[in-house]
Amino acid sequence: MSTTDIEAPPGKRAVRVGHAAPPLMQTEEHHLCPGCGHPVGVRMILEVLEELGVVDRSICVAGHGCYATFTATIDIETILTLHGRAPATATGVKRMLPDSIVWTMQGDGDMVSEGLAEIMHTAARGERLTAILLNNGVFGDTGGQMTAMSVVGQRTKNTLEGRDPGNHGFPIPVADIISRFPGAAFVARGSVHNAAEATKTKRLIRRAFEHQIAGSGFAFVEVLTMCPTGWFVPTAGGPDYLSTALEPVYPLGILREVER
Amino acid sequence: MAMKLLEGSEAMAEAAIAAGLRFYSGYPMSPSTNLLEAMANKVPQSGGVCINADTEIEGIMMALGAAATGNRAATGSTGGGCALMQEAIAEAAISETPLVVFTIGRAQQDYRQATKGGGWGDYNTIVLAPKDVPEAVEHVQTLFHLADKYRCVGILLADNIIARTQVSVDVAPMTFGPLPDKEEWKLDGSSSGTGKAKFHWSWGVGKYNTRKPGGVNGHWNRVADKFRHIAETETRWEEAYCEDAELVVVAFGTAGKFVEYVVSEMREAGTKVGYFRPITLWPFPGEALARATAGARRVAVFELNAGQMIEDVTRFVDRGKVSAIGGISSDEDGLNIGRMMAAGEVRRRIADALKEVQQ
Amino acid sequence: MIAPDARGTISIDAARCKGCELCIPACPPGVLRMSNQRNEKGFLVPEVLEGCTGCTACQLVCPDYVFEVFQFRKIKAEG
Repeated sequence: MSTTDIEAPPGKRAVRVGHAAPPLMQTEEHHLCPGCGHPVGVRMILEVLEELGVVDRSICVAGHGCYATFTATIDIETILTLHGRAPATATGVKRMLPDSIVWTMQGDGDMVSEGLAEIMHTAARGERLTAILLNNGVFGDTGGQMTAMSVVGQRTKNTLEGRDPGNHGFPIPVADIISRFPGAAFVARGSVHNAAEATKTKRLIRRAFEHQIAGSGFAFVEVLTMCPTGWFVPTAGGPDYLSTALEPVYPLGILREVER
Repeated sequence: MAMKLLEGSEAMAEAAIAAGLRFYSGYPMSPSTNLLEAMANKVPQSGGVCINADTEIEGIMMALGAAATGNRAATGSTGGGCALMQEAIAEAAISETPLVVFTIGRAQQDYRQATKGGGWGDYNTIVLAPKDVPEAVEHVQTLFHLADKYRCVGILLADNIIARTQVSVDVAPMTFGPLPDKEEWKLDGSSSGTGKAKFHWSWGVGKYNTRKPGGVNGHWNRVADKFRHIAETETRWEEAYCEDAELVVVAFGTAGKFVEYVVSEMREAGTKVGYFRPITLWPFPGEALARATAGARRVAVFELNAGQMIEDVTRFVDRGKVSAIGGISSDEDGLNIGRMMAAGEVRRRIADALKEVQQ
Repeated sequence: MIAPDARGTISIDAARCKGCELCIPACPPGVLRMSNQRNEKGFLVPEVLEGCTGCTACQLVCPDYVFEVFQFRKIKAEG
């Protein structure tokens, strides 16, 4: 917080609260679509890293999706690794640098469609890292195709009539599966579709990093984010689509937590 | 000298540790399984980490992550498993991540995969093919050095015989020249928050504050230039009796050792035959091969596959004088290098090739 | 003129706004609305009416990081 030259009422001063752009960004510009939820999730990660004072030992391992645009702008050491393989790459990093704070950033297409094996085994091994899933239920980067987490009935460019379980199967609730793993110390699901849920989600992300700092095991936060472009809804309709289509399939809350 | 009786896989694991290996991750597949077992036993004892990966892809991606921290890392499998690693090998090569990959091949049907690769992009991998366990011990250490020197991927192409033969061998740490400092690129988190956080990516473009002027084309061209340089400077081979040979036999790896033995014997008997053994399969020692075979009337390629290295041989030697005298030579279990790999059989095939010369 | 009882305000970096309107329903006192002004990118941008509390909800939900939030606090006596 800092005093500014913003005009204030008599006898008062204007105090800046938070930052327009999150900390640790080399530029606040990004080319993601209007109404995208990913930048909101990325903001929280960066704020948490700063608040926990772990920036100078923090390493991000990112997969491929729209969020990967931030790999070039976050002021965090980053490996932009192969599609789906971030948890494996992060395992190698963390095992070599046990005192570092290693976190992965993946989308549902990257983590659950392409890289289900990596996330499952990394969680099962109880790797002491923090995995963030930005789940918008669609391949946004390629223009709106079905992922393993697209919900039943969801219209995508390759499920034009909606995801039909008879043909395309059912979505994979990855966090729920991981929450059964003894190696997982913390598993939670949040959302950024309104300010209240975003505030809660930041707390979940903070907890996930606190578990890594404590070394208690694998920490996982799924963040539901809006993709109005890939959902074919107006930007302002993104939060509503999220809460009516995604949230019933992926309920919010803490799914597992062990003692730190 | 400290000779120890070791299985080839154990010797290669000890050589890797002698070279400073800190991380190994692998997935079982015969005949590379013994190497994984040896690493799992020996690497943790040396203070390093060995993880049993759950797929070959996971194995190499873990190793890539470990290598990105500046530590020496490796993975390994056999041809089928290494096929799964191809995308990652390309990624490591183009992101300039030093990595060693053990390909414990089945027969010699991994030549094309190891030397040409199946990954995306303009990259190569340095491939060393030892003829026996003592040479593998040297090659493993050399590969770690070359991988660091050039920030590239080094592949050790061995086989069932090397991996599973017990020999008395001295795994002495080798010394090499100085290496470039890794500080510029290795990750440890310390550059986070400085405004110049490091960025490890196969596009090599830097972050917003550290953009490389040439962009992605600049990076990929620089990487390609590096491989051209390696191709010009790092070829290795062994040759003998080629000066006056009417027939030069070309073979690599264990097959090269058999050819060396048989040709030496035939020489003693007065036959004008020589041998040439590429040690680096990539870069292929083509110019040396052209020189060594310039005076020969025929060049015979003995390789245990349907004809893979011969594609490289004929890039440098007139196709008209090259013949294939090897072939697919598998056991019923598909692992070993088969019945063709017997000195008598090798001798018969070379003698047949000589008959063509004398016709 | 700023009302004497104003609790906060925001500044909007309109040039970076992409007009998604997520901030409008996010604002608890309901003082954000879409203006008829377009920025250089061609997006309609929001404007703030009187009654901002400086709560940061808009900042939190904005994908394009355009909201700077200020709270008005009493100036304390020296010392």
